[in-house]
Amino acid sequence: MGIISRGFGGRRREPQPGLPPGQYLTHDFPVLSAGPTPRIPLDKWNFSIVTETGEKHSWNWAEFTALPAEEFTVDIHCVTKWSKFGTTWKGVALDTLFEDVESAADYTMAHSYGGYTTNVPLDDLLDGKAWVVYEFDGEPLHPEHGGPARLIVPHLYFWKSAKWVNGLQMLNDDEPGFWETGGYHMYGDPWREQRYQGD
Amino acid sequence: MMELDGNALAGDLREVFATDMTGAVFTCAGCAHTGVLATLRVWQPAPGLVGRCPHCTDVVLRLVRTPTRVFLTLTGATRLELPLEP
Repeated sequence: MGIISRGFGGRRREPQPGLPPGQYLTHDFPVLSAGPTPRIPLDKWNFSIVTETGEKHSWNWAEFTALPAEEFTVDIHCVTKWSKFGTTWKGVALDTLFEDVESAADYTMAHSYGGYTTNVPLDDLLDGKAWVVYEFDGEPLHPEHGGPARLIVPHLYFWKSAKWVNGLQMLNDDEPGFWETGGYHMYGDPWREQRYQGD
Repeated sequence: MMELDGNALAGDLREVFATDMTGAVFTCAGCAHTGVLATLRVWQPAPGLVGRCPHCTDVVLRLVRTPTRVFLTLTGATRLELPLEP
């Protein structure tokens, strides 16, 4: 018997608009973590973008929350096969954070408090495709869901939306993060079911 | 002394991996703590199993199951030690 039972055989249903292949809809919000939940006091919180040349752009909590924020509603898709429609977040678009960043690198590694990492190509963070959020459903983001702030990249599987994010490192070459090293797909497009390496 | 390919490891690795591993002693790559795998602090169920060092909480091993494969990532362990059958 397997250690993890995968695949919920009874959940197959007719394809539903907005639901990627192999996913099922959930109305709650499962919490998946690879380790203890870090608790970061807001006066210690910091987010930075470090370019491939070592140039650092950094925001503390007051500076970050003073940036223009957007409220947006998106569907999210977890690689463990649940999807949740119509989740509403508030945060800062990556376009805003990258406004003054000079970089020729095509890839990024997101880093989080607690040591989690995940790789995302820069193109997938820009043009209104990604945010660093600090509110969910009109409330401050709960630590279990990644608060004080997490990355949201809704068009990729949700492991790319790093909880407790504290920075982006620009990279000239694509490198695997935490789950990508462990066998998950480097890119993670739910519409192409890119769950594992080789998918 | 001669150089062989990886097939030469077959017998020894079969002895290591075809056994209950929870009694194997790991050495944590982060803090050099040693302990049996059964003492790891394991986060699960998904997207995979994450075994953390009980001393420094660094990740010692990751195990990801797909419908057809298992990935075991041991970058957080510098060594595994198993007793040989008497």
